[in-house]
Amino acid sequence: MIIETGHYALSLALAVALLQSILPLWGTRTGDTALTSIAVPAAITQFLLLGYAFAALTYAHVASDFSLVTVAENSLTTKPLIYKIAGVWGNHEGSMLLWVLILAAFGAAVAIFERAMANELRANTLAVQGWISLAFLSFILFTSDPFLRRFPAPFEGLDLNPLLQDPGLAIHPPLLYVGYVGSSIVFSFAVAALISGRLDAAWARYVRPWILIAWIFLTLGIAMGSYWAYYTLGWGGFWFWDPVENASLMPWLAGTALLHSAAVMEKREALKIWTLFLAILTFSLSLLGTFLVRSGVLTSVHSFASDPARGVFILVILTVFIGGPLALYAWRAPSLSERSVFAPVSRESALAVNNLLLTTCCVTVLTGTLYPLALEALSGDKISVGAPFFNLTLGPLVAPIVLLMPLGQSIAWKRGDLLGAAQRVTVAALGGLVISIVLVAVIRGGSVFAAAGLGLAVYLIVGSFTDVASRIWARGQGGRVMLARAIGLPRSAWGGAIAHAGLGLTLMGLAATGWGVERIATVKLGQRIDLGPYQATIENFQSRQGPNYTELVGHTVISKGGAYVTAVEPAKRSFPTRQTTVTEAGIVTLSFGQIYISLGDRHADGSVDARLFWKPLVTSIWIGAVIMAFGGIVSLSDRRLRIGFARRAARLRVADSPAAPEPAE
Amino acid sequence: MTWLRRILLLSIVLVSVAPSLAGAVQPDEILTNPKLEARARAISAGLRCLVCQNESIDDSKAELARDLRLLVRERLKLGESDEQVRAFLVKRYGNFILLKPPLDLETALLWGMPALVLGAGAIVLLFGLRRQQSTPAAPLSQAERDQLAAAFDSDSRL
Repeated sequence: MIIETGHYALSLALAVALLQSILPLWGTRTGDTALTSIAVPAAITQFLLLGYAFAALTYAHVASDFSLVTVAENSLTTKPLIYKIAGVWGNHEGSMLLWVLILAAFGAAVAIFERAMANELRANTLAVQGWISLAFLSFILFTSDPFLRRFPAPFEGLDLNPLLQDPGLAIHPPLLYVGYVGSSIVFSFAVAALISGRLDAAWARYVRPWILIAWIFLTLGIAMGSYWAYYTLGWGGFWFWDPVENASLMPWLAGTALLHSAAVMEKREALKIWTLFLAILTFSLSLLGTFLVRSGVLTSVHSFASDPARGVFILVILTVFIGGPLALYAWRAPSLSERSVFAPVSRESALAVNNLLLTTCCVTVLTGTLYPLALEALSGDKISVGAPFFNLTLGPLVAPIVLLMPLGQSIAWKRGDLLGAAQRVTVAALGGLVISIVLVAVIRGGSVFAAAGLGLAVYLIVGSFTDVASRIWARGQGGRVMLARAIGLPRSAWGGAIAHAGLGLTLMGLAATGWGVERIATVKLGQRIDLGPYQATIENFQSRQGPNYTELVGHTVISKGGAYVTAVEPAKRSFPTRQTTVTEAGIVTLSFGQIYISLGDRHADGSVDARLFWKPLVTSIWIGAVIMAFGGIVSLSDRRLRIGFARRAARLRVADSPAAPEPAE
Repeated sequence: MTWLRRILLLSIVLVSVAPSLAGAVQPDEILTNPKLEARARAISAGLRCLVCQNESIDDSKAELARDLRLLVRERLKLGESDEQVRAFLVKRYGNFILLKPPLDLETALLWGMPALVLGAGAIVLLFGLRRQQSTPAAPLSQAERDQLAAAFDSDSRL
């Protein structure tokens, strides 16, 4: 019964989406407020219906109802509960349902929290959100129905792909989807602005929190995915320039550019039309990412046709949702008033350059990802575009971005002073330079590039706080005054500084790979292997029984100069249902670096093939990403951006009048 | 979406690898000459495992990748230069095997794209700045003047 009601709720959601996509738009067109006001309850209803459908599917997975095809193909009675739940989105059908659920959640959030917003803008935004919902719900119901039954039901399921049976599955896809889908709200805002023809600084203020939310989740999602790949794939890599990863990097680059251009729009009413374009681009790239992966077109142009119904559907959705708004943009954007007065040296100019560089990065990744497909389709020639290409083309683009970041933060809005800004970042630049020189001259080992990268990272981390520090610092003043100033600074200033420093940390971790140590060897039990400052010794092997697997664990002792430091247990797991063996790398974190051991085949004499790594500072790659996201959260807490701030402020003003006027920034 | 990549990886693992092995390069492949081995690793990192999704033979667990790794080391031991090894493989498998495609007519747009976007964007930016500096701001229209007056009359609404 629960399954059927869930299925029914899913179909009802489609009907509600249809209403939501047409009626409010009609209402704003004809001035019929009754129709306009349907948008809010429709968005909330849709969310409740999809929430129920998702709960029903989750119930089927938890209860191991193998009469559902998706459950039978991806679950097993003895599978641990966490993977039964995560398994809901560990397959095509379920993950699409999660996608629309998050879409509806964002729609409902706009409906509930953006009360202060102009009614027309909100109604139009929710209507556009309704279109996306309509398209995806049709895609699910007509080509990828998660509620399909199979009779007779099999007695046992096929189990979830063992490589997916990892806590990463519980966290990574939801984070990434919130990031992808979050950009849909920004997209809807942009299309609504194009429809109404009205675009002002208030628009930028409404959308900025949503851009930030999407960006925060995308940042965390990408970092989480990278760490997951790092610890499961067994050879210590964390980024592969794989098309699937590029698909998540592109919206991140576009979203980062959008975040900065929206700031310019809000402060200076400039870059409006560009910001609108970026808003459309970011979601288009999210859609492209979702579908490039879903359609299988990436593996080969030919596999695209393996499921024609899905393939055609995907093409239609892509064409409508990327082509349509871009056409609308080309038609309406020129009529939007652009009042940009730029001084060559100003914060807004610096941000424009930042946008140019980030967009170039994004286009480079896009070209590299799609070029082989296009070339094969046009000429039949096959080429590969991989890591060496991306490293070579993006390196020269990222370096100037990093160099400009602290400088841009130190330049004032409207009319800046380049010399003054340069002076302010001197300390950071000197710090970076000294580190690089010391690394090259004294420590050696790594390449010049690695040393330069590390120097750049130090420059960025120190430089990120230069602006904040100069705004707090007051000659001859006591600590209390400075503390008051620090607290008084807008949160967005702190957020920006923290996020930039986070990128610096990530860069530091990337550069430090230049000093990594790798050993590939057939290791005897008890043999000591040197790993940078540490030594590793595999002492013995033990068999263990897990819930739905058996594993062979190699007990390994890590020591330093003969003294015991810690122990680590790399393992190999066998899953009988799918007859698969996966490698569980043994990883231990030692002062931001990691020892990483993964096991291969065992030989008759008891020795084992193993890969052992010492990866200095490697964790700062992901810690940096988490700090970037934290910077986003701090920025989000800025009072200007708080969702529904205007409404609460109005209420406060009524409550304790006479109200103190809002301090101007 | 890396988890989906893993599904693909798994299918590759299931299809093409007999014994499961952690990582790619195996101890028995490593050359005794460390200089030669380092060159082999560097070359391998730029060669695509032909049956995988954008993975280099240095990273791949596929049987074919192992064969190619051994082949690279074989050629190096014969005294060939890095370029000769690559040329040999391209002759055999085509440009598809190179993860960094060579610059030719077909890939001109691929390699030129960053410069193209950067150049076009820079021109637009500079042009925009110039125009602003040379043309004075347009005088207000009557409608805008009215709006401005209305704004001054009423209280700040923000």
